[in-house]
Amino acid sequence: MPSTTTKRPTYFEELRERGYSRRDFMKFCTMMAAYLGLEASGAAQIARSLESTPRVPVIWLHFQECTCCSESFIRSSHPIVADIVLDKISLDYTETLMAASGHQAEAAMKQTMEKYNGEYVLCVEGSVPTGADGVYCCIGGKSSIDILHECAEGAKAVICWGSCASNGCVQAAKPNPTGATPIHKLIKGKPIIKVPGCPPIGEVMAGVLVHIITFGRLPELDRVGRPKAFYSKRVHDSCYRRPFYDAGLFVETFDDENAQKGYCLYKVGCKGPSTYNACGVMRWNNGTSYPIQSGHGCFGCSEENFWDNGPIYRQMAAFPGFGIESNADKIGMVAAGVTVAGLAAHAIGTNLRKTKIIDKNIQEGREAEQGL
Amino acid sequence: MKDVVSTRLRRVYVWELPVRVYHWLNVLAILALCVTGYLIGAPPAVQSNAEASHRYLFGTIRFIHFAAAYIFFFNFIFRIYWGFVGNKYADWKNFIPTNKAFFKDMWDVIRIDILLQKNKEHMAVGHNKLAGFIYFLTFIVFLVQCITGFALYADMSTWWFADMWVPVARLFGEDFNLRNWHHAAMWFFIVFAIIHVYLVFFHDYVEARGEASSMSGGWKFIEDDAWEEEKKEEAVFKRAKRSKQKRVAKTEK
Repeated sequence: MPSTTTKRPTYFEELRERGYSRRDFMKFCTMMAAYLGLEASGAAQIARSLESTPRVPVIWLHFQECTCCSESFIRSSHPIVADIVLDKISLDYTETLMAASGHQAEAAMKQTMEKYNGEYVLCVEGSVPTGADGVYCCIGGKSSIDILHECAEGAKAVICWGSCASNGCVQAAKPNPTGATPIHKLIKGKPIIKVPGCPPIGEVMAGVLVHIITFGRLPELDRVGRPKAFYSKRVHDSCYRRPFYDAGLFVETFDDENAQKGYCLYKVGCKGPSTYNACGVMRWNNGTSYPIQSGHGCFGCSEENFWDNGPIYRQMAAFPGFGIESNADKIGMVAAGVTVAGLAAHAIGTNLRKTKIIDKNIQEGREAEQGL
Repeated sequence: MKDVVSTRLRRVYVWELPVRVYHWLNVLAILALCVTGYLIGAPPAVQSNAEASHRYLFGTIRFIHFAAAYIFFFNFIFRIYWGFVGNKYADWKNFIPTNKAFFKDMWDVIRIDILLQKNKEHMAVGHNKLAGFIYFLTFIVFLVQCITGFALYADMSTWWFADMWVPVARLFGEDFNLRNWHHAAMWFFIVFAIIHVYLVFFHDYVEARGEASSMSGGWKFIEDDAWEEEKKEEAVFKRAKRSKQKRVAKTEK
C-alpha cells in the first residue's frame, strides 16, 4: 500500500520512478489522445494532467466473469497501459492481480474505501447473480450484491468492464439460472460507463481510464452508455473485407475456396453489420488481428443479448419464443403455405355455396351475348 | 331462362387516378423490397473470377432496396394525405372504425364473404369495412417496416431523415432485434399479397362488378337497384350525421 501520510504522487512521478523515460510517457499520451479522438492539443492535455494529478485510487471487483477483460487489458499495446492501472501503484484492490490475499486484501479494500471516499473509481468485471439471494457468487463470506453496493457507495464513478458487467453476457443468456444481472440495473445514482465486449479491447479500456483521469469526468457516452469514441461505428463499416460484401462475394462454408480468398463472412453468420465496436480499426493484441481478419465472423460480443439473438454461424432472423431452430423464414413459409391452402379451400367453398349468384350472373351474361 | 331480367349497370368512378397510381407504385415498391430484402437476408452464392473492385452486385441489390424504401415511404405519406382530400372511397374513415355501423358491416363481411353464407352477396362500392380495417393493420406494419428499416439504414445515411427513426426504433431493441423484426415483417407482406390477389378474383367472380379492372380504370359497375339502395343508405348516414351536428351545435349554445 502507498503511504497514507504523505501526499499521493502523480502518475508521471510514479512512472519515472519505475524507469519510464519522458519520451515513453509522451508516446503514451499521444497514443491515448489519438485513440480518444481528441484534437491535436489533446496529447499535451493528457500529459499535463498525468503530470499534475495524483493517481486516482481504483477498486477493481471480479464477479461472474472469466477474467478475459483483465487479460485483454494487460495485452494492450503500450506497457504503460498495464502499469498505469494493473500495477500496485494504482490498483488498491483486485482479487486477481494483487499480492495480498484473504483478510489482508479485504483490509486493503476497506482502507481505500474509507480514505478515498467519493474519490475512487470502481471497476467491475463480471455480472452479479441475484438469484437465491446471491449465493452463486460470494467472496470473503459476502455475496457479490452486498460487495457491489458497499463499494459503489463511495465511488466517484463506476466502470463496467466487458459484456458481463454491461449486459450479463453468457451467464445471463436464457434461461439465466443464476439471475445474472448487469451492474447498471443494480446501481442507481452514480455515473456508470459501459465498456462491453468479450473482452473489450485493451486500448479501449485504457482510453476510458485515461479520459477519466485527465478530464475528471466520463467520456461522451452513446444512448446505451458506451463511450462514443469507440462504439459509434459498426464493425461492418470499418471492415477491410467490406468490398467483398458490396461485390456480393461471400464465404459459403469455412473450408471453401472463397474462405481462402478472404471473402466476406456475412453468409457464415458475421454480425458485423449490427455490432458497434472498434475492432476493425484498433484490432487486438497490439493491433495484430481481430476475428474477421483471422477468418471467423464477428458474433457481436459487444451487443446486448448476443447469445440469444439467433444462431452464430447463420445469417437468419430468429423468432423469439419459437425455439432455437425456428427462424422467421420457416415460420413465414409455413404461414404462406397455410394461407394458400386456406384460400384453395375457400375457392372450392365459393363454388359450392354461391352457386345461385354465380349462375345468375353467368346466365345473364350468356343471354346478353346471345342477344347480340 | 325467361325469369332472368337483364340488369342495367351504372358506372361508378371509385378509385381516382392518384389512388391508382399509389396502388401500383406500392405494388412495384413492395415487390422490389421483398425480393431485394430476401436476397440481403440470404445472398445467392455467386461464383466469379472478377476482382471485387469490378463487381458491385450486393451493393446494387442494397441500393435498389433503399431506393424502393424511399419510394414506398413517400408514396405512403401521399396516400395518407389523399385520405383527407380524396373522394369518399379514399377517405381515412374507411380504414379506422369510428362507429357501430363499421363493426356491423365487418361482421356481415365475415359471414357472407369469409364463412360463405349461402347464396348471399355483400355489397360494397369501395372497400368493405373488413378490408378497410385490414388495410389499417397493414398501414401499421408499413410503419413498423419504415421504423426498423430506416433505423438500420441510419448508420449508412448522412441525411437526418433516417436518423430520425432511430429513437422510435429502440422500442424494438438494438440492431440485432431490428433486423429480426424487419425480416419477419416481410412475411406479412407476402401473406397479405397472396390473400389480397385471391380476394380480388373472388369478388370479381362472385359479384361481377369489375373488381379486378377497377384498379386500372377506376370504374366499378353497379346494378341500378343496388345503386339506388346504396344512395338511400348514404342519405340516411348523411342525415344522421347532420342531425348529430345540429344537436352538438344546440348543446353548445
